Amino acid sequence: MSIATLILVVLALAAAGFARGRQLAYRAADDAGGIRALHSLPSHYGMMVAMWCALPALAVVIGWQLIQPLVVTSLIESSIPESVHSAGQKSVELYRNNIDNLVEAGDIAGIADEQKRSIAQRLIGLQDIARAALVVLALAAAIAGAIVATRRIRPDFKARTSVERVVRFFLVSCASIAILTTLGIVLSVLFEALRFFQQVGFLDFVTGTTWSPQTAIRADQIGSSGSFGAVPLFVGTLLISFIAMIVAVPFGLMSAIYLAEYASRRVRNVVKPLLEILAGIPTVVYGFFAALTVAPALREFGSHIGLSVSSESALAAGTVMGIMIIPFVSSLSDDVITAVPQAMRDGSYGLGATKSETVRKVVIPAALPGIVGGILLAVSRAIGETMIVVMAAGLAAKMTANPLDAVTTVTVQIVTLLTGDQEFDSAKTLAAFALGLMLFVVTLCLNVVALQVVRRYREQYE
Amino acid sequence: MSADKVTDAAAVPPNKENKENKVSGGSLATELVRASLARRYAAERRFRWYGIFAIAASLSFLVFLLASITIKGLPAFSQSFVNLEVDLSADALGVALDAPADELRRANYAGVVKAAMRERFPNVDGRSEKKALYGLISTGADYLIAKRVVANPELVGQKISFWVPADDELGALVKRDADFSQPETLVTRMSDQQLAWAAELEADGDLEVRFNTTFFTNGDSREPELAGIRAALAGSAFTLLITFVLSFPIAVAAAIYLEEFAPQNRWTDLVEVNINNLAAVPSIVFGLLGLAVFINFFHLPRSAPIVGGIVLSLMTLPTIIISSRASLKSVPPSIREAARGIGASPLQVVFHHVLPLAMPGILTGTIIGLAQALGETAPLLMIGMVAFIVDVPQSITDAATVLPVQVYLWADSPERAFIEKTSAAIMVLLAFLIVMNAVAVMLRKRFERRW
Repeated sequence: MSIATLILVVLALAAAGFARGRQLAYRAADDAGGIRALHSLPSHYGMMVAMWCALPALAVVIGWQLIQPLVVTSLIESSIPESVHSAGQKSVELYRNNIDNLVEAGDIAGIADEQKRSIAQRLIGLQDIARAALVVLALAAAIAGAIVATRRIRPDFKARTSVERVVRFFLVSCASIAILTTLGIVLSVLFEALRFFQQVGFLDFVTGTTWSPQTAIRADQIGSSGSFGAVPLFVGTLLISFIAMIVAVPFGLMSAIYLAEYASRRVRNVVKPLLEILAGIPTVVYGFFAALTVAPALREFGSHIGLSVSSESALAAGTVMGIMIIPFVSSLSDDVITAVPQAMRDGSYGLGATKSETVRKVVIPAALPGIVGGILLAVSRAIGETMIVVMAAGLAAKMTANPLDAVTTVTVQIVTLLTGDQEFDSAKTLAAFALGLMLFVVTLCLNVVALQVVRRYREQYE
Repeated sequence: MSADKVTDAAAVPPNKENKENKVSGGSLATELVRASLARRYAAERRFRWYGIFAIAASLSFLVFLLASITIKGLPAFSQSFVNLEVDLSADALGVALDAPADELRRANYAGVVKAAMRERFPNVDGRSEKKALYGLISTGADYLIAKRVVANPELVGQKISFWVPADDELGALVKRDADFSQPETLVTRMSDQQLAWAAELEADGDLEVRFNTTFFTNGDSREPELAGIRAALAGSAFTLLITFVLSFPIAVAAAIYLEEFAPQNRWTDLVEVNINNLAAVPSIVFGLLGLAVFINFFHLPRSAPIVGGIVLSLMTLPTIIISSRASLKSVPPSIREAARGIGASPLQVVFHHVLPLAMPGILTGTIIGLAQALGETAPLLMIGMVAFIVDVPQSITDAATVLPVQVYLWADSPERAFIEKTSAAIMVLLAFLIVMNAVAVMLRKRFERRW
């Protein structure tokens, strides 16, 4: 019985338990003199039985899934010949992987090595036993739970309270998943990054100016030893983000001002969703557009006026990224501009200011903290953006402020280091996590500051 | 204006120079204001134009983007075919007349196709010339014939006319309705010899353009004319299914807790701050999480929709939670009070009354979150969903890729014909996104209640 079928069977049992529980509740009510004698609704009794039936069984299944591999592995390792054990933990793992693969392939009788065949057979035997035991245990837990629960059905039993306690617990744990996710991100990235910093010093990483992550895989190979100075990546990221902001801030801000202060309701209702479309287009589409339309056009244009534009220029990636961020800036600024109290505008008009003077001298200064917060959020968006730069910016880690040159960014390097197969312990793959840590920390700081600024700004006018 | 006059008169006693201007009622201050008015109104107009220009520019970016992709992508929806007389005699195939399907599948179809091409152009000889001739049609032609023959074994021994896909270079020319009689006007990698053959085929009506069904029924391929998005679509469907199944209940439960039950304390604050921050964490960081936790720690299969779905649901959770909370908040308290008043427990209040009323808003938020997940690429690159997938994935643990990743992979391919495939795949992706967003808007318009 596969795990999926087992879970389905448990759920079916729970459904049966629900029906049975409700029936028993009705019967108990009849004995006690009518439905009003019950503490809870009959369906609450049914729910209680279903929960008692399903939850312990599912807990058994999940627990078993976690424990089984550990137990089976240690049992298998104990039967691996002594000669392999004496060669160290690495070779034991290799041997075990080998057997796993043989079992996966399915042809046990065809294994040439006598020893391996017997271990493989043992492994299959263990897996069969484990699976059978799991089925028996889970079903036993389900049935036992159901019996215990049905025994408890009495008119004065507070079924609703116990059901609601479980539901509330479920709600709380769902809400806590956000914290778990953050914790998971921090731990996974931090853990791998620390392993990286054991091999490459933290200071070398954040102050080094050469980035060439190619490491020799074998000792006898000729190749660069790998140098992990991340400054060129930071420079590239900042350059592209800067270009993006030069595009996004004026366009986004002016659109927001026009929509909030000048446009009629009708125009607003049409233009706003149209601008939002820009934000809804997948980034991979922008990447394709940047790489195949904008970059060649810029190159062409550059050669006309006698500039040499690299085919993967920072300018192309940055411009397209800026276009993508326009609606982000515009909708955030729109919110804060409309939050400026009308009384301030009226005061300005009363003094004889024109509309644009009011916007420039009163509304914008009043909304400035909110706008800055929005721009900070947009910067963090630009720094973390991946697909556009992966497709349109280059891989060359150069320290340059020339927007016509090819640069690389933190996100591009993370993708390059981690796509394709490589061993997980090399400095090369771990470097990606170190970069991920930098990315996470920087964007987190930007976000926290920005959200704080925006929130304080809102409170000011509420 | 009249109020102005009064103040002016009070502030500045009238004198000689002032008298001349009295008609318009000016003092020195009004004078200054008047002189500057033209400039100020011009600035006002300019400012207004800046706004209109910013919006117009943004919208024209959008139009330009969509137009350029549509123009590039449209040709991919049609496909060029070459008509061949294929001799399926048992001899040519190298099988017996009543060979079983197994044997039929391994028969010599490549030879049959080549023979058909040689027969069509009998005076071709020499190795390189033959190679050029075979280059006119797709290398997948034999596979298509094999499929047809295995499905209809009675074809063995017959001579059938079969439309095989043209090679991408020839195909592109046919689709553009190129004039093969004037080869010097064509921009192509094909040789003059090949163009001459193509002209002959065209003259005999053996070249045709049809709707490209291959694009929707095939998986990925190294040959542009055989590459399709079926596998990527299936992968996207599986991934999105997992994302929905995980994120919807969890997000709704979290939103209910935070909006209806959460006490004002540190823990609640922490959860809220976390949700807001997670919404702004770069998507690639979620990919790193997926790689480190689900693949390296829990040993879930690489490249599988299940891992992709889990990662994407963690990513879309904040979006759905935030919009669900807004939707729950908009249900007026009187509903809750009325339900409480007739004896409903707090959970009954929420599940029987508040949640159903908030559902349209929650579903709208969910669909928008899923649309985001559908277009997401970066985190899936991290967990290995960048594989070259020919077969359509059958389950959530098979290796798969998704539509945006397919776009990314094709965009990297050197063949020119992949540019149109990429654009076409983008069009399909955008079509799905448009449909999802349209459904979301419709839900909101149709069911949203203003209290």
